[in-house]
Amino acid sequence: MKVSISWLKSLCPTELSVDEIVSRLTMAGLEVDGVQSAAKPFRKVVVGEVISVTQHTDADKLKVCEVSDGLATHQVVCGAANARPGLKAPFAPVGAVLGDDLKIQRATIRGIESGGMLCGADELGLSDERVGLMELPDFVQTGADLAETLALPDDLIEVDLTPNRGDCLSVTGLARELGVLSQTPVQFVRCEPVDSGSSQTHDVKLSAPESCPRYIGRVIENIDVAKPTPLWITERLRRSGIRPIDAVVDITNYVMIELGQPMHAFDREELVGAIDVRMARDGEELVLLDGKKLTLTEDVLVIADQEAPLALAGIMGGERSGISEKTKTVFLESAYFNPITVAGKARRFGLHTDASARFERGVDWRLAERACQRATSLILEICGGISGPVVVTDDEHALPKTQVVYLSHSRIEQQLKISLPSATVQQMLGALGFEIETVDAGFRCIAPSWRFDVSIEQDLIEEIARIYGYNNLPISLPAQALDMASISEAETPLMRLKHYLVDQDIQEVITYSFIDPEMQAILGDGTCGVRLANPIASNLAEMRRSLIPGLIEAVRHNVNRQAPRVRIFETGQCFVPQIDELDQSERVGVAIYGQSTPLHFSIDRLVDFFDLKGIVNGLGMINGCGELTWSPSEHKSFAPGQTASVSLNGEVLGIVGRLHPKLARRLDLPKPLFVADLKLGPLLQGQVTAFKAISRYPRVLRDLAVVVDDAVQWQQIEDAVATLTDDRIRSVELFDVYRGPGVPDGRHSLALSIGLQDPQGTLDDEAIQELIDQVVSVLRENADAELRG
Amino acid sequence: MDDLESIKDDALALIESADSLAQLDDVRVKFLGKKGLISRQMKMLGKISPEERPGAGSKINKVRDCVSDALEIKKSALEIEAEMQDLMHDAVDVTMPGRPQRIGGLHPVTRTLSRLNRLFASMGYTVATGPEIEDDWHNFEALNIPSHHPARAMHDTFYFDDGRVLRTHTSPVQIRTMVSEDPPIRIVAPGRVYRCDSDLTHTPMFHQIEGLVVDRDISFADLKGTIITFLNRFFEADLDVRFRPSYFPFTEPSAEVDVQCVMCEGSGCRVCSHTGWLEVMGCGMVHPKVFEHTGVDACSYTGFAFGMGIERLAMLRYGIGDLRLFFENDLQFLNQFHG
Ligand SMILES: [Zn+2]
Repeated sequence: MKVSISWLKSLCPTELSVDEIVSRLTMAGLEVDGVQSAAKPFRKVVVGEVISVTQHTDADKLKVCEVSDGLATHQVVCGAANARPGLKAPFAPVGAVLGDDLKIQRATIRGIESGGMLCGADELGLSDERVGLMELPDFVQTGADLAETLALPDDLIEVDLTPNRGDCLSVTGLARELGVLSQTPVQFVRCEPVDSGSSQTHDVKLSAPESCPRYIGRVIENIDVAKPTPLWITERLRRSGIRPIDAVVDITNYVMIELGQPMHAFDREELVGAIDVRMARDGEELVLLDGKKLTLTEDVLVIADQEAPLALAGIMGGERSGISEKTKTVFLESAYFNPITVAGKARRFGLHTDASARFERGVDWRLAERACQRATSLILEICGGISGPVVVTDDEHALPKTQVVYLSHSRIEQQLKISLPSATVQQMLGALGFEIETVDAGFRCIAPSWRFDVSIEQDLIEEIARIYGYNNLPISLPAQALDMASISEAETPLMRLKHYLVDQDIQEVITYSFIDPEMQAILGDGTCGVRLANPIASNLAEMRRSLIPGLIEAVRHNVNRQAPRVRIFETGQCFVPQIDELDQSERVGVAIYGQSTPLHFSIDRLVDFFDLKGIVNGLGMINGCGELTWSPSEHKSFAPGQTASVSLNGEVLGIVGRLHPKLARRLDLPKPLFVADLKLGPLLQGQVTAFKAISRYPRVLRDLAVVVDDAVQWQQIEDAVATLTDDRIRSVELFDVYRGPGVPDGRHSLALSIGLQDPQGTLDDEAIQELIDQVVSVLRENADAELRG
Repeated sequence: MDDLESIKDDALALIESADSLAQLDDVRVKFLGKKGLISRQMKMLGKISPEERPGAGSKINKVRDCVSDALEIKKSALEIEAEMQDLMHDAVDVTMPGRPQRIGGLHPVTRTLSRLNRLFASMGYTVATGPEIEDDWHNFEALNIPSHHPARAMHDTFYFDDGRVLRTHTSPVQIRTMVSEDPPIRIVAPGRVYRCDSDLTHTPMFHQIEGLVVDRDISFADLKGTIITFLNRFFEADLDVRFRPSYFPFTEPSAEVDVQCVMCEGSGCRVCSHTGWLEVMGCGMVHPKVFEHTGVDACSYTGFAFGMGIERLAMLRYGIGDLRLFFENDLQFLNQFHG
């Protein structure tokens, strides 16, 4: 809400500086977002009156005006389209100063002398828009000092209110707060009842009392809508960001900003029968003031006559019954609409109006009648006319209830750690409009009807804290019974796993959890992901089921920026629909691309499957998690023969493999890209070491080479050796793979290093040979392996 | 026995002049080998008279020891020299680049989060987590944000067809914790949150950390003390902190927290919009409605909660000017945050 400081000070005549006002409001929870001057500084500018206008002889777009400053006339060359005889506009005579240093001087413009300047609102810093000369109303005195006429200088503050403080969406509301914060008595606007000169009324029926429990109407006849709105009203409205329209609308807007009550004026001639405040019927249509046509539903409250809806209650009026030049009689509406009814409707129809902003947050339900009196008296004063009586239609039962809240001294002390004398509490809350009386150990408080946000004791605690000043309240730290945290040794901290990957020269990335559904389909298993109903973009529409698509995007981003080598990982929730629930567990993903190491004269190769397999196997070693098992796997988007499914203790964790070169080329990735995507949970489950005795006797290593069919997988060799129960056979390691001369086609040679150790003694040659024979024979049986000569 | 002296002189001269281990060995064989000149002298002892024998024997032994010592000394000198030559052969240009051994890095969000977790852990907080696709009850209802509440409009929520939402804040983790655990509670809940908004200063996904303390006699003073301590520890500076009344449906009283601008130390700059203050977090005392929804006895317990944006803290801490950098994953950006 934007408001002029001079308007605010007219109700709360504090001596505080603008900066101090801004600071007090902000520190009381009414955050002032910006302060600006209502106009640029200017000196000696007066109200000028254009006496005559002639065409400049040497320039099509220029005019030569005779301008009166009340004492003399001046010849002024001017380019504004709206310069016309009789117009009153700001006039800066020779010697006047605009802004900080623009001094007006006598000038010759295309051969014609110009003694001064007629100004637009933009040139005076009153507006950002350039719309020709600023048109001043006829009734201002020619020659009068412009700054005085416009009540300048003035500052404008923009108050960014939280949703609970709808009561401050008015100058009165802000003045009330500022009064408390500056200890200044506030001069509230007096809304004296206006006597009715006629008996004209218009019937009102409340068909939806829960949504509209109070509706106040008043008929005002014989008004002249052509009457200009006084400058003090239009200026104040303009400084609140509201454009003047016509006198009646300006007055209702003025009362809204002044008191906080949104009002509406109908052209009574257009009303067909009684007003009915009711819910819309499904499919009913309404054309609004701005020409927009809406189709309504049953949950929308409307003001209707006997024919059709007239207005969207609390949001915007309709075209049919709006005020026009022909309007002679108005029906003035001042109502209370339930915030719940109005909430969300403005958003639904894309109509955020000043009225809806107030009704959504709650408008003082006791204000409607006073606002009606205030608007009536302004209309009669400006547009003339005769008013009928105020007619209040309400439903007592549906009106908001008075909130009685008890506040105890002990609660104040417990929550805020201060103890306040009763009189201080009474004064603080009293100034905010609470009715307060002391009772046993505390207070009984009745919240004012404009405070929709106060219903429990904590709300009052906040009021006291706010007025006392949050920053004046004491500071402590929570007391805590000394306890010791339980730290599971088997559980691996996620950071441990991340540090492991970082130490493998892999950079962590964070990608969006919503991804391109097309990529998901290409890389997924054929089932659907979870779709957002309102995605921010079509390529961010589906929740990721795997980390791979996001990692690929991140690799591409960097490859497009000439990164020769990309090694990245991510951990985070993925979203996999299950039969009757959604699996949202965490996963870990790795992608490696390009050179295996940074450029060095000693090494030069691209990453391959075994680089990533090594990294992934390391995950299983952290905190003794367990050995991962690998089996060949297939996926249409992965390269056949370089893709594996990875398991831990029989549970499949995910996939590791090379992106299919066809897909990689499509994604502009010319080199092999290897990716992994695994369940994270099992990898964070380590184990506490159970110590086994170590052998004091020497360990023996024996090498042997066996020839096997190409179809035999290494896993078969490992599994075969694992069937040997002799605990003296400690390890089998592969140290060479050979194909070529000496080995038949279709077979290859594996060089193995067998580790042997006896816990009970030193192995002699005979025992060693016996153990090697066991290995050879089990390999022969299980993998058709023959010893190579 | 002039012969013996000249043998000795010959031997020492040859030892002295040997310039390889092989030559030296030839000298050893020539004099001390089985058929060497000195060994031969020993064998000739048998031909002289028994009276002279001991004297002659001891002379020969002396010569032998002398030659043998000289051989040993020369040998070790030659060995040292040979090793030195090998080393010279293997010499490298130590200024050439080492074999690349690099480390990656943590994302600045992770780095910041992990630091926050550790700071709060030192005050007895444990880390709690929750799902990112939430139901309406946990994300809104239980936090005292009913469907018609104006605060909902401020959340720019991502929805799913079944009515679930992408959590708009980490506050649902508060709810989950209070439902499942009895006080005293002291948790922080870090994680991803989502708002349907994307421009220069908003990304549709970002990170928050939520803190919750529920115990007997927790006060607003405790909240203030915790926040002030935290901000000073986080920024490793003695900064002014101020609390402004604000509004969150799930806390009452509520506050917005401003910290003295870390860029200009409060004198005013572009980052703080020339106010000298940076808004860094929201906080407040847990609303009794939230206790009611989660089954915490509001007569016995009070609590406070706070929440803040991680990217915001990271931007201030590292001087990052553009929020969008966090999710572009450009290695030139990420590499700056060390492992
Ligand atoms: Zn600053």
